[in-house]
Amino acid sequence: MARFIARRLVGMVAVLFAISVIVFVIFNVIPGGDPAERIGGRNQTPALRAQITKDWGFDKSLPVQYVDMMKKIFTGSLISYQNQENVIDRIKQGVPITLSLAIGAAVIWMAFAMVFGYLSAVRAGAFTDRALTILSLVGISMPVFWLGAMLLYFFTFKWQIFPTGGYVGFTTDPVQWFTHLLLPWLTLAVLFIGFYSRVLRSNMLDVMNEDYVRTAKAKGLSERQVRVRHVLRNSMIPVITLFGLDFGAVIGGGAIITESIFSLNGVGQYTADSIVNVDLPPVMAVTLFGAFFIVFFNTLVDIAYAWLDPRIRLGTAAA
Amino acid sequence: MSTPGAGARRSLLSVEDLHVSFVTEDGVLRAVDGVSFDLRAGEILAIVGESGSGKSVTAQTIMGLTRSTNARIEGSIDYSGRDLVTASEEDLQGIRGEEIAMIFQDPMTSLNPVYRVGRQIVEAIRAHRDEPDERARERTIELLDAVGIPDAKRRVDDYPHEYSGGMRQRAMIAMALALEPKVLIADEPSTALDVTIQAQILRLLEELNSERDLAVILITHDLGVVAEVADRVQVMYGGRIVESGTLDQIFYDPQHPYTWGLLGSLARPDRPRMRRLSQIKGQPPSLLAPPQGCHFRPRCPHAFDRCTEVPRLEARVGDSHADRCWLSVEQKRNLRVLESGDIGLEVPAA
Repeated sequence: MARFIARRLVGMVAVLFAISVIVFVIFNVIPGGDPAERIGGRNQTPALRAQITKDWGFDKSLPVQYVDMMKKIFTGSLISYQNQENVIDRIKQGVPITLSLAIGAAVIWMAFAMVFGYLSAVRAGAFTDRALTILSLVGISMPVFWLGAMLLYFFTFKWQIFPTGGYVGFTTDPVQWFTHLLLPWLTLAVLFIGFYSRVLRSNMLDVMNEDYVRTAKAKGLSERQVRVRHVLRNSMIPVITLFGLDFGAVIGGGAIITESIFSLNGVGQYTADSIVNVDLPPVMAVTLFGAFFIVFFNTLVDIAYAWLDPRIRLGTAAA
Repeated sequence: MSTPGAGARRSLLSVEDLHVSFVTEDGVLRAVDGVSFDLRAGEILAIVGESGSGKSVTAQTIMGLTRSTNARIEGSIDYSGRDLVTASEEDLQGIRGEEIAMIFQDPMTSLNPVYRVGRQIVEAIRAHRDEPDERARERTIELLDAVGIPDAKRRVDDYPHEYSGGMRQRAMIAMALALEPKVLIADEPSTALDVTIQAQILRLLEELNSERDLAVILITHDLGVVAEVADRVQVMYGGRIVESGTLDQIFYDPQHPYTWGLLGSLARPDRPRMRRLSQIKGQPPSLLAPPQGCHFRPRCPHAFDRCTEVPRLEARVGDSHADRCWLSVEQKRNLRVLESGDIGLEVPAA
C-alpha cells in the first residue's frame, strides 16, 4: 500500500509539471505577438512593457522564460500589472472562502445523494423511487445561475431569512459563517445530488445482482446488513471516482458562478474578475491552482480506490 | 453407490407440489411446475437437468432466495415442521446458513472481492452466533484447514482474488459448513472448475456427507458427477421432475426417454465407442409457452397422441423408481433394446 501511494505521488508531480508546461505554452508562446503587451493589462505604458519583458525574460530562450514564470509563482512574486496586487496573496485570501463553499457543498451533496440513491435502489420501481427520480432530474436540469438567483430572491429579499451574500470567516463567527454559506452550498449541491443519486442507484441495482450478494443472503444476513456491507460498499467505488474529480473541479474554478451570485470573494470570483479585466497573470495562476486541485484529488481518489477494492492494489503493484 | 437402506431413513426436507413462476415483460415464466420430493437425512440427492430445467430455481426457492415482487411461489417446503414457502423473512434468515447452507456454481464471483476470505466466513458465523471475533476467527481457520486450504492460518487473511478457483470453492464450502447445517445445497459446485479440481471438490462433499451426516442436494447437469457421488437421482425437464430413483435405477434401468437421451450423450471411456455421441434433437422448451402435455413431447422420438396429456410422476417399475411417461414398461424395454447403442446401456438380460 505504501508503495502504491508513493507511486501515485510521483505520478502526480509528473502530471503537474506537464500541466505547468502546457499553461506556459498556451499563455506565452502560442498567441504570438508581444507577450509583455498581453500581460501588461489595460493601462500599460511602453516603460511597463519593457520592464515586463525584462522581468519575465521574454528576450531570452523559452526554457528560461518557463523557469522565470515558475519562479514568480513559487516565490509569490507574481503581480497583476493592472492593480499592482500580488496574485498569490490574493489567491491565499480567497482559498478559505472557496474551500468553505466547496467542502460544505460536498458534505451536503454526498449525504443527500447517498440517502436518495440508497432509497431509490431499495425501492426500485416503487413510488419513492419514481419521486426521487423526478426530483433528481429537476435538480440536474436547473441551471446554477437561475437556482442561485431564485434562492436569493425568495430567501433573502422576499422573506429575508438569510443574509444577501458576502462571507464571514468561520473563526470570526461560526453561526454567521453558516447562514452566509447555506444558500450557496445548496445552489452548488443540487446538481450533484441529482447526478450522484442516479449513479449510486444504478450501481446498487447492478451490484444487487452479483453472486456475492446472493452468497451474503444465503449466509443468513439480514436484508439491511446485505445492503450496507455488501451492496453499498461495492457501489461506492465509481461514486468515489466521480466525487474526487468533481470536488477538485469545484475548488479549482467550478464554483465561479455560485461565488459570483452570492458575492463570495473566493478564488472563483477572482478568476471571473480577472477574465473580465483581461488580466493575464491571475488567470495563469488560477489555472495552475485549479489544475493542482484536480490532480491532487484524482490522486486521493486512486488511493481511496485501492483501499475500497483490494484488487487494485495488487494490479498496480504487479504492473 | 446407492444406499439400500436409504428408503427407511427419515425425511429431513420435504418439497410438496412446488410451483415457482416469474412475471416478466414477455409473460409468465413457469420455472418450476409441480415439483415434489423428499430429502432424507444423510443422503446425497442429485437433481439433474439441462439449463432452464428449473433445478437451480428449485434449490434457491428452498433457501427463499427467489422471493421477489415478480415471483409467485406456491406449494410447500416442509423443513422440520416449518413451511419455508410461507415463513417470514426473519425466520428464513435464521434457517439460512444455520440449518440449510448453500454453495454456488461460480466460486469466482460468489465471494465479495472487497473483503478478506476469513472475514466473510466470520461474518456468516456471527450472523447467527454471538461469538467474539477471536473465537469465530479461530473456528474459521479450523474450517479452512478442514476443507483443505493449505496454510490456513495465513490464507485466512487473503482476499478472494488471491485464491485459485478450487480454493475459492473450498472456502465457500467452509463458509457453508461454519454453522454445521443439516442440509447443504450445492448448485453446480464443480461446473466452473478444472476437471481435476472438480474431482477434489466432489470427494470433499462426499467426505462431509459421510463424516458429518450432512444431507446434500447436488444440482448438476453432469451425469458423470452424479455417478460419482449421488445416492438418489431426480431428472428434471422443463420445470418438472420426469424421473426419480436410486442411482442404479437411473443408470441401469432408465424409464424416461429424456433420461435415455441424457445417458446417451454421456461420453463413456470405459466402453468401446462405435460412433458419434448421440444428442437430443431440438431445443429445451420455452418456459413462457411450454408445450401442452408432456414437456418433452416435441423432442421425443416416441411421442404419441396420449402425450398431449401430462403423465403423472408415479412408480411404474418399482417402489422407489418413478417416472412421467405414458409408454408402458413393456414398450420402453423394447425401445431401449433397439436404441441401446445410443443410450449407452448394457442390454439388460431379459
